[in-house]
Amino acid sequence: MSMNRRNFLRTTATATLAAPALINQAFAGSHGPIKFVSILDQSGGLDIYGKPMVDATKMAIDEMNESGGLLGREIELKIYDPQSSIQFYTQFATQAAAGDKADVVHAGITSASREAIRPTLSRYETLYFYNTLYEGGVCDMNNFCTGSTPAQTVEKLVPYAMKKWGKKVYIVAADYNYGHITAEWVQKYVRDNGGDPVEVEFFPLDVTNFGPTIKKIQASKADMVMSALVGGAHVSFYRQYAAAGMNKSVPVASTTFGVGNEHKLISAEEGDGMICAYSYFEEIDSVANKDFVARFKARMGDGAPALNELAARSYEAAFIWAEAVKAAGTADRMPVIEALRSGIAYDGPSGRVDIEPKTNHLNQNVYLAELKDQSFNIVESYQSQPPTDTLMVCDLVANPDQSVFKFENGLKAAGIDI
Amino acid sequence: MDLYFSLLLQIIYGVANLALISLGLAIVFGMMRVINLAHGEFLMLGGYTVVVATNNGINIWFSILILAPLVVGLIGLIVERCLIQWLYGRMIDTLLATWGLSLLFIGIITSIFGASTSTVISPPLGTITIGDYTSSGYELFLIFVVIVLLLFVFLTLKFTALGLVARATMQNSDMASCLGISTSKIYMITFSLGAAVSGLAGGLLAPLTGVLPNIGAIYIGKAFITVISGGSAILAGTTSASILLGSVNGVMSYVTGPTFGEVALLFTAIILLRLMPTGITGRFFRKSQ
Amino acid sequence: MMRLYGSFRGTLVVASIAVLFTLLAPSIFQFFTIITLTQVIGLSILALSLALVWGFGGVLCFGQSAFFGIGAYAYSVAAVNIGGSTGAILIAMLAAATFATLLGYFVFYGKLSDVYLAVITLTVSLILYSLMRRTSGPEYKIGSALLGGFNGTGSPPLNVPGNSEAMLFPLQTFYVSMGALILAYVFAGWLVTTKFGRVCVSIRENELRTSLLGYDTRLYKLGIFAVSAGIAGLGGVFFCVGVTRVTPDVFSLGQSALAIIWVIVGGRGTLIGPILATFVLYFLTASLGSQQLMNTNLVLGGILVIFVLLVPSGVIPSIAKWFDLRRVKKFSKLKERRLKMRKHRSVG
Repeated sequence: MSMNRRNFLRTTATATLAAPALINQAFAGSHGPIKFVSILDQSGGLDIYGKPMVDATKMAIDEMNESGGLLGREIELKIYDPQSSIQFYTQFATQAAAGDKADVVHAGITSASREAIRPTLSRYETLYFYNTLYEGGVCDMNNFCTGSTPAQTVEKLVPYAMKKWGKKVYIVAADYNYGHITAEWVQKYVRDNGGDPVEVEFFPLDVTNFGPTIKKIQASKADMVMSALVGGAHVSFYRQYAAAGMNKSVPVASTTFGVGNEHKLISAEEGDGMICAYSYFEEIDSVANKDFVARFKARMGDGAPALNELAARSYEAAFIWAEAVKAAGTADRMPVIEALRSGIAYDGPSGRVDIEPKTNHLNQNVYLAELKDQSFNIVESYQSQPPTDTLMVCDLVANPDQSVFKFENGLKAAGIDI
Repeated sequence: MDLYFSLLLQIIYGVANLALISLGLAIVFGMMRVINLAHGEFLMLGGYTVVVATNNGINIWFSILILAPLVVGLIGLIVERCLIQWLYGRMIDTLLATWGLSLLFIGIITSIFGASTSTVISPPLGTITIGDYTSSGYELFLIFVVIVLLLFVFLTLKFTALGLVARATMQNSDMASCLGISTSKIYMITFSLGAAVSGLAGGLLAPLTGVLPNIGAIYIGKAFITVISGGSAILAGTTSASILLGSVNGVMSYVTGPTFGEVALLFTAIILLRLMPTGITGRFFRKSQ
Repeated sequence: MMRLYGSFRGTLVVASIAVLFTLLAPSIFQFFTIITLTQVIGLSILALSLALVWGFGGVLCFGQSAFFGIGAYAYSVAAVNIGGSTGAILIAMLAAATFATLLGYFVFYGKLSDVYLAVITLTVSLILYSLMRRTSGPEYKIGSALLGGFNGTGSPPLNVPGNSEAMLFPLQTFYVSMGALILAYVFAGWLVTTKFGRVCVSIRENELRTSLLGYDTRLYKLGIFAVSAGIAGLGGVFFCVGVTRVTPDVFSLGQSALAIIWVIVGGRGTLIGPILATFVLYFLTASLGSQQLMNTNLVLGGILVIFVLLVPSGVIPSIAKWFDLRRVKKFSKLKERRLKMRKHRSVG
């Protein structure tokens, strides 16, 4: 049902805009709308992440168009749903680049999807934004990664949690690239802070029975659990963990909990006390954010999803790109890339963010929060954190012609001791 | 010692879990030779029933034990009348139709509830402590329900008129219909009974796993393989296959992690089918139910 | 019944139309559609292989995508290590056929019945799915090719035979893959008209009778199983070249079921039907993904259900039947009776 309402809103929005946009175009004398393509999973296993991201992207584009578009041109948003399937990612990326001739593509949730489309978009010279928090390490002139990376979040999270709960850490992570590399970062930070990563365990994305693992965690006598579990099925871990009474005795910190709005899916008793660190929480106490949240809720009505880093960053990334287009005076790829790398900043709901030109990642604020009654209480905040993990391996200023994922073979292969 | 005891409990729970997700499929497959690819979605619908009911203030026990099987049984009835009854004897067509059905259910549920639904139902029983280890009381309850459920199906098949007629239809439907039994009616009842059992299973699992529109996909493969490995006898088959596969999975999951637990389960099933091509019960329990 | 799509001449006619289509395609379709077509061609070769082994060999292989996936992975790993694609394609087909031979020996010589064969192949596919997803760490490497777990591994593009530096352009890749599809189709069409193919069909119709006539049915079944696996492996190659990447999803339950759906929609007992069904269903699914009005699953599920109820024997056989009915009523009556008898047998 929400589908219909959303579409209704969208059509009415475009109808009201149509008139001013036409006038603008007549004056600017430009050639048609600017094309903004979004490829995000709205069905299949990853839709818990994709749907809020799409909603936020739509809101960003609608707001831009309401205020007269960009450079006097309307922005045309085209959304593809790859249905959580990699083959559709490649297809839609090709379609966006070669067929739609998109000016910018915002796409991808998992690292798998990013790695599937990054070469395609680079080959067809189409500007690419990846707005999900991820394991770090992408070094690509054409690709701007706006999500937070482990050096920004996990580095703060691990010492805070260890100080609070103890030094023996049991790590559970999703069994794919993100989980493996994040688990390596966690191990590194645990050791750096004098702790002991007692065990690392990986779970395929469709595991729902965590019984044997919970027994292992009990047997290991760990002080705390670090979780990098991903997707809807893995939410069962937190339920079963709480059902076994473990969340009181061996508390959990997580690098992913909440970005799929998991904290709204489980009850307060099951989630209370969990600690997370992201570059955005809906609960951030600032005027810009309160306004953003209010606009989003008004737009989405009763069915509004909670806002998390992925959704907020999708919104912000659209505006960062828009700032660069304004500065460049054109939507063409190279001028926009240069403008983006010239230190453009944007004040969004998460605070001030700007592009770090060596990596094409973001300098961004990071917040540490504790879960209480299904919402996050922010306990610490850190201003303008650079992506130091990716900075260790990537320098696009010195060596601009790059398009690689440096951590593909793990951290050790990239020369980082864990 | 405590560790082994609590591990044993964990393995028994794994077995019960497997039996629970397979039983509905076993009833439908064993009695009617219908491979129901929408079986996972019946489980999912059971889960959603519980979530919607509890969100509307209905007692959680009532939702799980009464409402979930009732609602899903009813859906099963509608599905059988509108779709399955036209496809009897065409196993492959049923496969395709139920696959379509499963997509349809996922689509409907996603359209109504969105990609993720808030399920603030926690397993409503406390924890049990065994030495240094704690287990969920709800898991124990689940084991108990599975035993009762198996017993119920056994008694129904063995000692009621309906069970007698159903077994007759299953063994020789032509002969049964010659004797004046309405096989169409029996099929209808069997299918909705199977759906109801699946609904109950989905409802029972909802507090442990939460609900998602596409959670059915996680169950269908395992349930399917358990049922086939068990062979044609509904009860003996499901029970014996669940015990074997569930224990292998439990032990291997503990020793090596969940992936190899899963692989060990599948591998055991293959070896089993190679040694006993008609399933466990085809070999040992011929002519049993 | 055999007239429209059963004879080798019919196969050649269809193949010529396909050649014509290939040559005209660049002027009909937009460039990006041509690029996309490569992966669809890969999938349609998979459908063709299943149409062969199931429609003509009578072996319901629920895990045909296992061979498809093995082909894709073998190609990607081999092409990275060798540095050229030509040898890698052969390795991919060989790997898939060899694996099928081993599995087939295990199954056919163990005298497993049909349903159990379906389940075993499905289970094997699921095992590969779980195992490949377990290979996320940097330690899982074959030569210099990283397996990549859930993320999968990159598949190098095709190159000019003998010159690994000269990569093919998308349009050339399209020509090559279309050529492979046509060749595979003609080969399969020829195979079913040979003695080997006819024995396979007779096994499908009545295995006991065929073996009483002195044929080693196990050997024939194994033969067609291995051949079709090789074709599926070829499909895997073009699929991963089209996607530029292969992920464990090729082994998933969904992929296996899709292959079956293509064959059922296209019709069993024909080779071209499943190929066409693949193209149509693929573009249907893809276009559903680029609209925002209706949930994709909802539409696709609805179509499938309606399809089974209204066009139960598949599109191509239905069309053929309609032609037959119009042309020679006598023949079709005979066939009806035969169908009825077969149905009766299967019920009894």
